Amino acid sequence: MSVRYGLLALLSQAPKYGYQLKSEFEQSTGATWTLNIGQVYSTLQRLERDGLVAENSPAGTDDDHRSYQLTEAGHTDLVAWFAAPVPRDVSPPRSELTIKVVLALLLPNVDFHTVIQTQRAATMRGLQALTKAKLERAGDLAWRVVVDSLIFNAQSEIQWLDHCEALVALAPTGLPSAGPPKEDHDD
Amino acid sequence: MTEPVLQLNAVTHIHRRGSVEVTALRDVSLTVAPGELVAVMGPSGSGKSTLLNLAGGLDRPTSGEITVCGTALKSLSVSALARMRRRNIGYVFQDFNLLSGLTAAENVSLPRELDGDGAHQAHVDAEAALALVGLADAADRYPDALSGGEQQRVAIARALVGQRRLILADEPTGALDSATGEAVLTLLRERCQGEVAGVLVTHEPRYAAWADRVIFLRDGQVVDHTDTDRTDALLTVGPWPDDADMGA
Repeated sequence: MSVRYGLLALLSQAPKYGYQLKSEFEQSTGATWTLNIGQVYSTLQRLERDGLVAENSPAGTDDDHRSYQLTEAGHTDLVAWFAAPVPRDVSPPRSELTIKVVLALLLPNVDFHTVIQTQRAATMRGLQALTKAKLERAGDLAWRVVVDSLIFNAQSEIQWLDHCEALVALAPTGLPSAGPPKEDHDD
Repeated sequence: MTEPVLQLNAVTHIHRRGSVEVTALRDVSLTVAPGELVAVMGPSGSGKSTLLNLAGGLDRPTSGEITVCGTALKSLSVSALARMRRRNIGYVFQDFNLLSGLTAAENVSLPRELDGDGAHQAHVDAEAALALVGLADAADRYPDALSGGEQQRVAIARALVGQRRLILADEPTGALDSATGEAVLTLLRERCQGEVAGVLVTHEPRYAAWADRVIFLRDGQVVDHTDTDRTDALLTVGPWPDDADMGA
């Protein structure tokens, strides 16, 4: 989805070649995402099929020299995309971490606080690395916007872990106590 | 080996609430080297503020030893400790704690003057410290005439003035908006280099992440820590997912 609208947005500035789109797309995302040229051409083909872009070069020109421009329909589609919010995923959480935390609460022989802290420290290391990466190119606004998006995601994960611990501390029943040994355990 | 700026050795601190004894810190050891910024995180009541107060000599531990710039705090008399604090330790608080009747430069030079340095020298040092935080031209303004971010930069200048080597920051971004908070962290990070070291207490993970090391406290004990010289968290973002399934 993002590549599709990325290409439409770049073509709204001027007609462009495939390689040009690839490098401008990468620049505009602070070079945090690479795009392979095959992906650019396959996306352009679909956009052309849908009537959103049109070739701007004589028929029979090879891929590398083919230029594309935005059509009227492409322009309308792009304007509508910017005007609408990106939908949030409201389906039930299915992340591995959410499930792990829920199961850690359920199973008496898993230490809930250790699970939380192991994750918190790992996410914090990631956050430290992201912060370093951000500072290395502090003057690059596109890069900062992209890296900050990852930073805020990591921050909210840690805050959610803190919150889970606080909820457990407040819960009247507390954590499940250690249960009897599992039956399939043979020692 | 370089002498640590701050060292806590098996520090335990117990205080009384009525007839109840509360162990705020239990057997905590921590070494902060010159140039290092260490963040301390933990839920409220985990001992973060106690750790900072003890490191700054505002309170004395029940047991264990605290050393700042090579001097064991327990070896100092009350007046020597106060002097040591003014000379070596700078504080940065959430609510800035500037004196509203003094200009930025006067706020920064006050600890130097209290130390018996001449007013002129104190003022020269204050202007140098304000320049370090990018506020050279705000020297004659009063706190009321400064934004929150600028006030916090003045507070950082005050924490740094003279040859002070240990900065203790307690939620320094708490009263600031996100972008201003980041600017304050940038400054704190920049200042914690060479001979200077810092300890930062914060509940915001993304500010803690500016530190070289993050210490996690829980019930008065260090339960975990991280540092940045790991390679398991490099920024690698793969190619975009293909749009193939998006076509109509």
